[in-house]
Amino acid sequence: MTLAPPAAAAPAPSGAAAASRAPGERGADARLASRAARPPLWLVLLGSFAALLASIPLVYLLVRAGGSGPERFVETLTRGRVLEYAANSLGLAAATTATALVLGTAVAFTLSRLRVPFPRLWLLASSLPLAVPSFLAGYGWLVLVPSAQGFVPSWLLLSAVTMPYVALPVAAALRGASGDLEGVARTLGRGPLSAFFVATWPQVRPAAIAGGLLVALYALSDFGLVAMMRFPTLTWGISAAYSASFDRAQAAILALLLVVLALLVVLGERSARGRVPRAAARAVAPRAIGRGMLLSLLPVVAAAPVVGVAIPLLGLATRLVQAETLRELDVPRLLAAIGSTVGVALAAAALAVVLALPIAALGARFRGRLVSVIESAGYLGHALPGIVVGLSLVFFSLAVLPGLYQSVVVLVFAYAVLFMPKAIGTMRSGLADVPVSLVAVARTLGESPLRAWWRVTVPLALPSVGIGALLVAIATMKELPATLLLRPTGIQTLATELWNRTVVFEFGAAAPYAAVLVLVAAVPAMVLSGIRSTAKEEW
Amino acid sequence: MRSFRPVSLLALPIAGLLLAGCAAPAEEEADAAFTLYSGRDEDLVQPLIDAFTEETGIEVEVRYGNTPEMAALLLEEGDASPADVFLSQDAGALGAIADEGLFTTLPEDITGAVVPEFSSTDGSWVGVTGRARVVVYDGETLTEDDLPDTIDGYVTEEWAGRLGVAPTNASFQSFVTALRVIEGEDAAEQWAQALADNDPQIFESNIPILTAVNDGVIEAGLINHYYWFRQANEVGAENMRAQLKYLTAGDAGSIVNVTGAGLLNGAAENEDALAFIEYLVSEAGQQYFVNETFEYPLVPGIPAPEGLPALESLVTPNFDLSDLDSLAETQELLARVGLI
Repeated sequence: MTLAPPAAAAPAPSGAAAASRAPGERGADARLASRAARPPLWLVLLGSFAALLASIPLVYLLVRAGGSGPERFVETLTRGRVLEYAANSLGLAAATTATALVLGTAVAFTLSRLRVPFPRLWLLASSLPLAVPSFLAGYGWLVLVPSAQGFVPSWLLLSAVTMPYVALPVAAALRGASGDLEGVARTLGRGPLSAFFVATWPQVRPAAIAGGLLVALYALSDFGLVAMMRFPTLTWGISAAYSASFDRAQAAILALLLVVLALLVVLGERSARGRVPRAAARAVAPRAIGRGMLLSLLPVVAAAPVVGVAIPLLGLATRLVQAETLRELDVPRLLAAIGSTVGVALAAAALAVVLALPIAALGARFRGRLVSVIESAGYLGHALPGIVVGLSLVFFSLAVLPGLYQSVVVLVFAYAVLFMPKAIGTMRSGLADVPVSLVAVARTLGESPLRAWWRVTVPLALPSVGIGALLVAIATMKELPATLLLRPTGIQTLATELWNRTVVFEFGAAAPYAAVLVLVAAVPAMVLSGIRSTAKEEW
Repeated sequence: MRSFRPVSLLALPIAGLLLAGCAAPAEEEADAAFTLYSGRDEDLVQPLIDAFTEETGIEVEVRYGNTPEMAALLLEEGDASPADVFLSQDAGALGAIADEGLFTTLPEDITGAVVPEFSSTDGSWVGVTGRARVVVYDGETLTEDDLPDTIDGYVTEEWAGRLGVAPTNASFQSFVTALRVIEGEDAAEQWAQALADNDPQIFESNIPILTAVNDGVIEAGLINHYYWFRQANEVGAENMRAQLKYLTAGDAGSIVNVTGAGLLNGAAENEDALAFIEYLVSEAGQQYFVNETFEYPLVPGIPAPEGLPALESLVTPNFDLSDLDSLAETQELLARVGLI
């Protein structure tokens, strides 16, 4: 090994390794003991720094709302239908999260533990809804079912497009989790469902709940889909405050309410996540099932790909056929948009992973109030609509780094703030799964701490870093509002090109961009469906 | 041996930045004479800019976005804005920028070129085109005779559950402000209350209302006229199920709102930026908007797009755009009756 460790992966895993070097820790007890230990100062500093950067939108909102007295807060929050919108936001987030959790876990279990034909292909299909921007899904559905409106379609569509956030990590965890416990539970007389809950659920729960958190924050911050489905939520109110009132204080107060809702969700996740020590993993051969069972499971597995991908794309294709603007496609322009989309997505993924690593490392090995605050702050950006995060970085960049304003650097940084939470959860569980005892063994074999970290922690945690990076890359490709505000003048991504054409009804001209956006975003989604959460014993 | 893998991570940011670097526009626009923030879309504005550059030799750097977001961006940037000119899709956004004192006063030969009712009163911005409020209706289930000629006719029991509106949208709120100015506060509140009690179909913006009427989901809705023309341009006018009804002149339901442009403080001395605003209200600029967007020209002597009622017939005698300033009161009213 002559290569130096990459800066991207450096801080956290060595933090985990550092924890493992605390005195008096040996064998299986080491992990539990290290939780009680205090995190090293440098890791806390790095984590706090990342959390501070993630809090820029919050600071901005406080500055904007700060000028108004408490009466203004009360008046804005109690006016008209604001509280009803807030209730709608919460209800939609709760229903979507519950549905995505149940459906995602069921899909992951079916594809990992039961013998179904083409399991890899189905898992790949289950990852595809990630690639479809929610507004595009809504648009495609409205073409085919123009009367769709209100809570139910918003809930079902959001559930379909967010289901992979649960299904993929749970499937990855199941591939690593031990299945013999479930067999033991069955032989002891438990039914299949009961055996699942007793033996397997505890092992996948952290992955499922962390995915559920991403779903909830996605649902809270979504604007495109609920606007199309005519289901008014807080994001409507925020948008109206900017676009009709031009009142940034009012918008900030409403966005702060959204932050409060998001914090409730994040705290809920922290208490629901649980910390189950994982047993040594051994892959399990899938169980054979009967034809009737197989047929009844098909709708479960097919639901999200059909609702979230196939039907919306069919709708788009229908509009394409009707359009009269089938003009010649500007290929160099399309290629340039693909290039900048992939470019900013890769850079954003790398930066988000770097920022998320210290937070994930803290969350993986340590508890306590400070860790809790740092972790919660890391999730903030994901709960806010893109326009709020975009404006906060306009404000921040002009105040602190005017030279970088409207440069790719600030744009990539905005993506990292927005989507860092997608990397925190997966990387946290990936790092937590690295057995401290293995690092200790490497040390007793004479490896230096750095080499022990490099040869044990890095390879074991790397897949989870990859998952986090891919999730960030996909989200970045689809992002529009912050991109419009922060991109260097003249640069186009696939999302802005799509926006350019849909605002003027040029569905024919828009369709290639929509198709390419989904295709490009589908590549990381497909890679994602194949990654294991942590490297495990092969079978 | 798995441990060589981390190297691939190193490649990510490098490849990303390289790609983003390549895709970034080359320095070709570095010698642009001024920067335009356009709240109107590229397909519409870029050909106009190309014509301007061809005629004058002045290069323009353009940043495209939605009007509300561009306005929020300008307010956030304040005096540090790189923008020299703001082209806006509605008067409200221009008013918000002017209220913050970010616009410099335009010379009178520019503001004087357009009909005075459709420009700012203090010369902070100039109107470029006009867009009329209209009723859009389902041409398969209704004929024009079924539709009332005034806005009061659409909140009767007969219309319960049939009318689409976008109460959080700026253009709807401008219309309600006009209603307050023209009919008085009490009458306006009665109308809004009647609408709220009449089971209105609530939308987030104008385009989805048009789409819903065109798909036969709702029977009628309140929108701006040009959306219809732009969709007709895409799918063919003969294929449009939705049709437009212009309300009686003088009725608040037929007010004309404007798009416009202003010069930011930092560009007060920028002749090239000023030349562009001048171009917008020149015959060539006005004719371009008439042909491409079916909006009303605001310079006297240039005919309105074919098939539209004359602009003069839509001018509301006791109302001009400065009256739209009282937006806050309108929002209070809409909140009181439960529409927002």
